[in-house]
Amino acid sequence: MMDVQSALFYAFSAVMLFASFRVITARNPVHAALYLVLAFFQASGIWMLLKAEFLSIALVLVYVGAVMVLFLFVVMMLDINIDSIRVGFWKHFPLAASVGAVIALELAAVLLGGFRVIEPQKQVVAQIISPVAVSAVTAVDAASAPVDSAAIGLNAMPVSDVGHMVVAQVSNTKSLGVLLYTEYLYPVQVAALILLVALIAAIALTLRERKDSKFQNAGDQVRVKARDRVELVKMEAVKPAPVAPAAQETQV
Amino acid sequence: MNITLGHYLTLGAILFALSVIGIFLNRKNLIVLLMAIELMLLAVNMNFVAFSHYLGDLNGQIFVFFILTVAAAESAIGLAILVQLFRNKSSINVDELNTLKG
Repeated sequence: MMDVQSALFYAFSAVMLFASFRVITARNPVHAALYLVLAFFQASGIWMLLKAEFLSIALVLVYVGAVMVLFLFVVMMLDINIDSIRVGFWKHFPLAASVGAVIALELAAVLLGGFRVIEPQKQVVAQIISPVAVSAVTAVDAASAPVDSAAIGLNAMPVSDVGHMVVAQVSNTKSLGVLLYTEYLYPVQVAALILLVALIAAIALTLRERKDSKFQNAGDQVRVKARDRVELVKMEAVKPAPVAPAAQETQV
Repeated sequence: MNITLGHYLTLGAILFALSVIGIFLNRKNLIVLLMAIELMLLAVNMNFVAFSHYLGDLNGQIFVFFILTVAAAESAIGLAILVQLFRNKSSINVDELNTLKG
């Protein structure tokens, strides 16, 4: 008899594998995107089982909330002829199946040999690793930045130990945040830079000026002078009579 | 029967193999290719989170965090390139992208 966690794992996995199979075989790209949303939701559930709550929520927020909506917008913007895309869809299937089988067999050969860890080893790893790491790093930390760790409220736990702390005491989100903003501060800033570059690149790639659109140029409107608007032309008050005697003669 | 680390790794492996097959199958649809790449990253992230849980090391989850960041940037730029491509060629067929004669 399976316990609840195993049943949940198998349910999530089955739905996720089905959804990802439909992603790669769906006829309509919109359906593929929606199945991908389903797959991400199942993955989020599986991460919940692994006690990674923060990443689980972040997956839903980042992927389902942002990336997949972007995908759906792009799919709906492009006018794709589905029939021409599906021509020769199964032509590459033998090659694809053999490559997939090779990958699955290789990974199975690695996985079945080892990785029979049944219970999470938090306490064991914490006891093995942390004395060395703590004695090595906390000396440096205590000497260099005692004010910082006290300001964040970390004096109860050494900074270097947060990677191996027992999750039951501190929530996953808090321990991740502590780790992220102490040990991984510079990588976080590099990640922010990557996001900024991606933002600028995406805008710069898709920005274009249409030639046929009419728009106001505010700069020109402000800079205009009165003499550009009204032109005074000197002309006589009385219009001179037309001189065309030759034309009248021909009519008579 | 308990769920072992091997179960999660097997799930990640199956997911990765599925997305590789998807890349081979969808040669004419660049959007589904991008989706298959997202599935691959999801499989890798699954392995990271499973190892992080079973080995009791939180650094794996930090790595997943950065992978999520890079994947978001990658899909944004990829979709922008895709839109530009469709504007210029009116097609997202990978086989027609032979302008560089590579």
